[in-house]
Amino acid sequence: MNKKYLINGRIIDPKNKIDEIGGLIIDEKGLIEASGKDVSNGNLPTNAEIIDLKKNILIPGLVDMRIFVGEPGYEYKENFRTLSDAALAGGVTSVVSMPNTSPVIDNVSMVDFLKRRGRDKSRINIFPAASLTKNADGNQMTEFGLLKRKGIAAFTDGNKSVQDPRLMSRIMNFASQSDSLIMQHVEDNSLSKGGLINEGEISTRLGLQGIPSLAEKIIVERDLAFLEEYFCRYHISQVSSEQTLKVIKKAKNEGKIFSTGVSINNLSLNENDIGDFKTFLKLSPPLRTEKDRTSLIEAINDNYIDVIVSDHKPEDEESKRLTFAQATTGAIGVETLLPLALELFHNKSVKLDKLIATLTSNPAKILGINKGNLDKGNDADICVLDINKPWVVKKNELKSKSKNTPIENRKLQGQILKTFVKGEKSFERTN
Amino acid sequence: MAIIKKFKAVKKNPNHLLGIQDLSFPEVSKILDEAKTFIKLNKSSSKKIDLLRGKTQINLFFEPSTRTQSSFELAGKRLGADVMSMNIVNSAIKKGETLIDTAMTLNAMHPDIIVIRHQDSGAPNLLSQKVNCAVINAGDGRREHPTQALLDALTIINRKGTVQGLKIAICGDILHSRVARSNIYLMNMMGAEINIVAPKTLLPHSIEKLGVKVFTDMKKGLDNCDIVMMLRLQNERMQGSFLPSAREYYEYFGLTPDKLKMAKKDALIMHPGPMNRGVEIDTNLADDINRSAIREQVELGVAVRMACLKIYCQSI
Repeated sequence: MNKKYLINGRIIDPKNKIDEIGGLIIDEKGLIEASGKDVSNGNLPTNAEIIDLKKNILIPGLVDMRIFVGEPGYEYKENFRTLSDAALAGGVTSVVSMPNTSPVIDNVSMVDFLKRRGRDKSRINIFPAASLTKNADGNQMTEFGLLKRKGIAAFTDGNKSVQDPRLMSRIMNFASQSDSLIMQHVEDNSLSKGGLINEGEISTRLGLQGIPSLAEKIIVERDLAFLEEYFCRYHISQVSSEQTLKVIKKAKNEGKIFSTGVSINNLSLNENDIGDFKTFLKLSPPLRTEKDRTSLIEAINDNYIDVIVSDHKPEDEESKRLTFAQATTGAIGVETLLPLALELFHNKSVKLDKLIATLTSNPAKILGINKGNLDKGNDADICVLDINKPWVVKKNELKSKSKNTPIENRKLQGQILKTFVKGEKSFERTN
Repeated sequence: MAIIKKFKAVKKNPNHLLGIQDLSFPEVSKILDEAKTFIKLNKSSSKKIDLLRGKTQINLFFEPSTRTQSSFELAGKRLGADVMSMNIVNSAIKKGETLIDTAMTLNAMHPDIIVIRHQDSGAPNLLSQKVNCAVINAGDGRREHPTQALLDALTIINRKGTVQGLKIAICGDILHSRVARSNIYLMNMMGAEINIVAPKTLLPHSIEKLGVKVFTDMKKGLDNCDIVMMLRLQNERMQGSFLPSAREYYEYFGLTPDKLKMAKKDALIMHPGPMNRGVEIDTNLADDINRSAIREQVELGVAVRMACLKIYCQSI
């Protein structure tokens, strides 16, 4: 590999608090040799590859903590190749894959399979999450120590939530000895049973059974109570309501240590967008009120929410072309994560460095992986974006195998131009 | 497998009756005026006309129904349409066919109107997006039952002259009731004042935002009312425990002569049927022809459905 000089850009690296005009040098091994204002246009060696960033922005490749891939079991929804194409087009270079496959990722041999497939078929970094409980059925904990030794970055039952309080307390107690990261999908199943959308005026009008915010709040309160007794690395996968945020704020202000994520969907859409029973907007957690949405944005600014995830969940057309009650839950989003998040910057809701941090350095720090930064000597996983380029989301132009985007026809501002993984140019927009 | 089917472009753009929420006041007046002309016809000895001759009406009922299905069937036949009622129990739906596939199959038979009842809210909306004919909602989940509300309005007009300015109490299982929702929208539109009476566990979230007053004390809720609409306790829709017992429910929310005293002397009792006698309504009150309009509701239901079939068939 030739040395690459990316010059004439704006370099933003939240971990190192850098936001300056400059460039980035990728060495022959695909590692970052230098970055920032020191990389200028003068004295460029003749044998190197020069890439003019044309004043566009260069940031670390995104780290998406919550994506579902169909392998194994649901390859028709998404495989590693299509996931990786979609991620690269979205500037995402590292993902945490949820264990809700068939079979579930709950043992060491499945991890081997996943790592092999991920390595052979995808061009991004796959960090598989293993389930908290065997078969993710909430009964028996998995082998945290052995799985962690195999390189599992996080443990979660994905789109399921551990219900049994005794088991959850033991999981947190046991996981602490292997320093494992627990990511909980916070939902009380009996309170949300049969629920389809947020409980409120819209659910009453649409005649759809509601999911109360309480279903989320009660699990957060429970787990944070456990955290006092059994300290471990605990992460709330996705918060969706103002009610839950109050609990989180109180706990943080008392000094409890844990982290919190939010789906880009809950930041960009609300329950009104469901309109005439749009099944692509049937999500978990559900889209809630505009007040919930704005309070989530505020919580990002106040550092109560650390991470924004895509909650990328590919579902085939057949499982969405049904009545709202019958349709499956979830939406794709890895490719539109950054452009949709940039909406929050353009409408002045969140500052750019904060926004980039929630998508790069913050998730990497929580996961304990050396990604999401432009440190010298690291893999050159980077994303180049034109922050102002207007475009319209068209599902058939998205690279995921499934086309269930919740933001079809949305006008966005900001598009990914190039994505590099380990110094290799893995994506370049042609139009 | 992900199979993306290509549908023929929908050429016609018919009107559908999916819910009262979509209707304007003039549209409601048109349906009710039309219905009034059919009341007489239904009482005459020759009840059949050929207004919809050559038209095909398909009744697609995914939920068991006696009165609504027979009412729609009779309405279509009296207008001269060819009526086919699909028996879902024996159909391909039970073999795993989706609603959209069923819709496409039926659409290929060129019906002019499909009447659908479905256990899922929004099913008629989904159907209407995929077919070339008019769709009439005969009840979807807990969302809407527009023809029931329209026939209730016609019954009230028949007895009281107008809906405007009346005080209407809607009592019982509001949470699971599409009849309640459609009636709230319609009676509000027509200028009535609405009281909702229900135990807290059977009240939908934020129901007051639909423009109603909420009471958990039935006597207060019935105070000075012109119309008392009772709803059926929908045991089949209830997941888990909403009430301690039918006995407790009857004690506090069943319509008894004692509670009815709070309403106006000439207050009218209505019920969409089928009734749970002794659970939500005293059996003698239900049969009191001076107070109860329950049988009249059924009678006028046919007229209202004839009006809807006529109007929506002709919208194509």
